[in-house]
Amino acid sequence: MAEAAFDTPAFREYRVIPKLREGAMAHSRPFVAKPDFQEKLGFPGELVDDWERKAVEKMGELNKKYRSLQVFLDSCVKCGACTDKCHYYLGTTDPNNMPVARQDLYRQVYRRYYTFAGKHFPWLVGAKDMTKDVLDQWYSYFHQCSQCRRCSVYCPYGIDTAEISMAAREVMDHVGKGQKYCNEIIGKVHAIGNNLGLPEPALRDTLEGLEEEVLEDTGVPVRFPLDEKGAEVLLVTPSADFFAEPHVDGLIGYGKVLHRAGISWTFSSHASEAANFGMFIGNYENMRKMALRIREAALELGVRRIVFGECGHAWRVAYSFLNTLAGPFDFLDPAWPVPQHICEVTHGLIRDGRLRLDPSQNDDKVVTFHDSCNIARASRMGGEPGGQFTIPREILRACCNHFHDMPAETVREGTYCCGGGGGLLTDDLIELRVKGALPRMEALKEVVDDYGVTHLVAICAICKSQFSKVLPYYGFTMDQVISLHQLVGNALMPGGESGGESNGESSAAETPQPQAA
Amino acid sequence: MPLQIDGKTYETDEEGYLANLGDWTPELATAMATADGAELEDNHWEVINFLREYYEEYQIAPAVRVLTKAIGKKLGKDKGNSKYLYELFPYGPAKQACKYAGLPKPTGCV
Repeated sequence: MAEAAFDTPAFREYRVIPKLREGAMAHSRPFVAKPDFQEKLGFPGELVDDWERKAVEKMGELNKKYRSLQVFLDSCVKCGACTDKCHYYLGTTDPNNMPVARQDLYRQVYRRYYTFAGKHFPWLVGAKDMTKDVLDQWYSYFHQCSQCRRCSVYCPYGIDTAEISMAAREVMDHVGKGQKYCNEIIGKVHAIGNNLGLPEPALRDTLEGLEEEVLEDTGVPVRFPLDEKGAEVLLVTPSADFFAEPHVDGLIGYGKVLHRAGISWTFSSHASEAANFGMFIGNYENMRKMALRIREAALELGVRRIVFGECGHAWRVAYSFLNTLAGPFDFLDPAWPVPQHICEVTHGLIRDGRLRLDPSQNDDKVVTFHDSCNIARASRMGGEPGGQFTIPREILRACCNHFHDMPAETVREGTYCCGGGGGLLTDDLIELRVKGALPRMEALKEVVDDYGVTHLVAICAICKSQFSKVLPYYGFTMDQVISLHQLVGNALMPGGESGGESNGESSAAETPQPQAA
Repeated sequence: MPLQIDGKTYETDEEGYLANLGDWTPELATAMATADGAELEDNHWEVINFLREYYEEYQIAPAVRVLTKAIGKKLGKDKGNSKYLYELFPYGPAKQACKYAGLPKPTGCV
């Protein structure tokens, strides 16, 4: 169980652009999916005959299907604005991790087969044939992109490397070269309903245990219902919330909020996963199949609202695509946005005075907030622009007395990825994950040194697991990452004698929030 | 990367997790731990045995709170937390302990 031998990057005294080290991460590649995992998703088991032609054909098909992809491939002028914006480049110094260079791994093949100059004078325009070497490079470097979209914020043309990475992974899956981590997980969602493969009896047992635990800690009979027909809200959350720490304390927080607000709700064993790894591999059919489980569960249970728990890319899929993937949701209560984020629900309840919070319960902590990339740059919360930044922070301020943001260029739109997003949260990529966390860890170190920050608050299952793993590499401890709703839960229903049912009950109706524009 | 113990070969995945649950024996667990430079003592076995019992019933490794609660009941409340489990299994109870118990590695955002 020895860890791979590599050096954790040192904190930099001056944040200058690091010197390039050619091929520094050329060895990094995740385990390849076995035939069994591939076939369950409708992909060939292994590299097919004539794969070069089929890959090129697929690229053409994707350009027709996604006009954005075509625009991104044609419009780069090599200005270099993106070069030092990628956390993987900053942490690894491999030139292929500069977003423009990563895109060019795909673009060079596109040019060769789909542009006039590339067809006739490939040597003049850096066009390349689709070969095994190119495929291997794709497999390596398109699994060194967490699809966080930070580079796209600084690109004057708005080119989104994430979409190019998704396309490259889709092409590779199409010819039989898939990634084990993502594809095994997607297979489990199709078969069982969640990334972990947690079956209904185990889920029920886990939730019953949590009810006992919360009752013991707070004296309040908070319920964690499963498959209860007629509930108002279907709560869809990443399955890591059931399974791991610090995720589970966030889940306990959701339960406390909904209990105090008197909102009836349920989990579903059929749709027991918010995450949708179909997006990471750029595959519409798999993404849709997983999203449809949520629709089926909502209909089966007769709920009136769908709320998502703390999960970054799940919220991107939910906020941006759910309606086209699995809509229309005309059977839900039109007074509420479809779907809602748990932060929107909690924020609305705080605003309406429905939750009595005691922030001094979190006085043992000085917190900072990590904006998750897919929430920051690919979605919104609430009805106002920038709500995805203000809503979590307003919740934090309502339940913590000591909050400090990290440096401005590392939060909000400019947030750095945790280093484990986009289907890379796997032990076979641990070197990449540790190195890619450097910019976020440097920003954290600043507020730790300047303000005595003790905890990094996150609202994404991947961020939470990634930070638990990489914090110790940078001299922090794994328990310094916590869930936002853990803090809400502490302030709402503290453990020990100060808990109890009398705190903050309200019978007023919840006010619907404005629909997002 | 098959595992060789006492002249027998056992199939494993890329990370050394047993491919077939039925192949597991206590000797295999000890051999896997030895290969990692770890020694299995009574409290390690409490965890490993609980993981196997739970898996047999539910076809999945227990969630962290299910595990800490069960271990707290068996070994005393002060040991019913993940800090203690990490002392026993520094690479993480979910991953390292599952491996020695012959269970598949938990997948997902964990």
